[in-house]
Amino acid sequence: MIPFVLCFVLFMVGLFGVIMLRNLIKIVIGLSIMEYSVYLFLILIGYIDGGTVPIISECFEQGPYVDPLPQALVLTAIVIGLATKALMLSVAIRLYKHYGTFDIREMNKLKG
Amino acid sequence: MIHPHGLTVVAKKVCQFIAPAIFLFGIYISLYGHLSPGGGFAGGVIMASALVFQVLVYGSLLEKLRKEEWRLEIAESVSIFSFLILAVLGLLVAGTAIFFGNFLPVGKIGNLVSGGFIPIGNLIIAIEVCASISLIFLALLIYKDEE
Amino acid sequence: MEIYLIIMLVLMILGSVHALHTKDLISTVISLGIVGFGLVISFLILSAPDLAIVQVVIEIITLAIMIAVIAIATFQLEKKQWRFSFVFYAATIVFFTFVVLLVSSRFSHILSFFGHHTTRMADIYMKSAADSGSANLVTGIILHFRAYDTFGEATVLVTAVTGVLTILRHSGKKNKN
Repeated sequence: MIPFVLCFVLFMVGLFGVIMLRNLIKIVIGLSIMEYSVYLFLILIGYIDGGTVPIISECFEQGPYVDPLPQALVLTAIVIGLATKALMLSVAIRLYKHYGTFDIREMNKLKG
Repeated sequence: MIHPHGLTVVAKKVCQFIAPAIFLFGIYISLYGHLSPGGGFAGGVIMASALVFQVLVYGSLLEKLRKEEWRLEIAESVSIFSFLILAVLGLLVAGTAIFFGNFLPVGKIGNLVSGGFIPIGNLIIAIEVCASISLIFLALLIYKDEE
Repeated sequence: MEIYLIIMLVLMILGSVHALHTKDLISTVISLGIVGFGLVISFLILSAPDLAIVQVVIEIITLAIMIAVIAIATFQLEKKQWRFSFVFYAATIVFFTFVVLLVSSRFSHILSFFGHHTTRMADIYMKSAADSGSANLVTGIILHFRAYDTFGEATVLVTAVTGVLTILRHSGKKNKN
């Protein structure tokens, strides 16, 4: 119960950063913290007490296996998270070259 | 920020020894993905980190890096196209007429040659992920230096 | 095992709070590294070695990309870094604390199962795991039972790389005329 609540607190810290901050790099970092908390929550759901790594082998003791389905979902999500972070940072580079600052309050001149 | 001529000679010599070993380690992890922890994505990102390591040590001379970029684009496009061909082959083979059906023999669990097309799929995914992440790194590095 | 997980989560929360409150951009990026590497140790505690390998290498590449992006600007921030006033900042903190307490008290009887098995779909995967022929169950799931999702993920990667190359293309053709 306590790990789930702490995971939710981590999500709220990231959401607070996305809403309240002015620097564009810090908004991207807040979004990244939200993604990490969601990955951890998905793995926490599938955990079994005394469970082992989900690999069929003579080396590992044959206890109950930890749930492999959330691990397969999070495995692709981690790599896609890197791609979306790179896309956001490339947009940030373009905005810096155009406006000269990372501050989002200065970026209010819509050009055609 | 990245030095245009790279680090000192000592770092360049150490990189010549270590970067191929990291690349080989990535291929090993992605090929044994059905027997031990790892798989296509883990092997692919380890191969990408070998290329990133080389760019960080040898510097970012713009003209040289821009001339070498088309190889990564071709590798990425060819690997994702061959993944699609692997999927359609499962549809055409008469044993299992399912899209992405496993048409190679399954074999005994624990052997290296087992599990249908899982080793081939791991290798194709590893090449694709390596090319994508290296291309992202090069794009964010080269295009920021020019104006 | 639960006490180690709670220690790692508290360290990650402290690192993320420091990342959002400091005025120096390099300290921010390094504090994001605290959250990322704490996640690696949490994955190893929860018996997920595939994810730990992927998360370590991707965290290193993320830190390298972020420092390369920060280096095109100055490394110090201006004095004020909040979008709205101080009253709104305090009210938002109070509101978020209230939301966390409300959600944790409302769902306490659903989420009190940490360590017990609840999902039904994964039982089918674990019983028929030998049919796929691979000893690693996670690789068997992503390449035999759910290979279509892996194909979609590869497509998303290619699309994102195309987007990055298009946005950062050297725009030299506009100044010809």
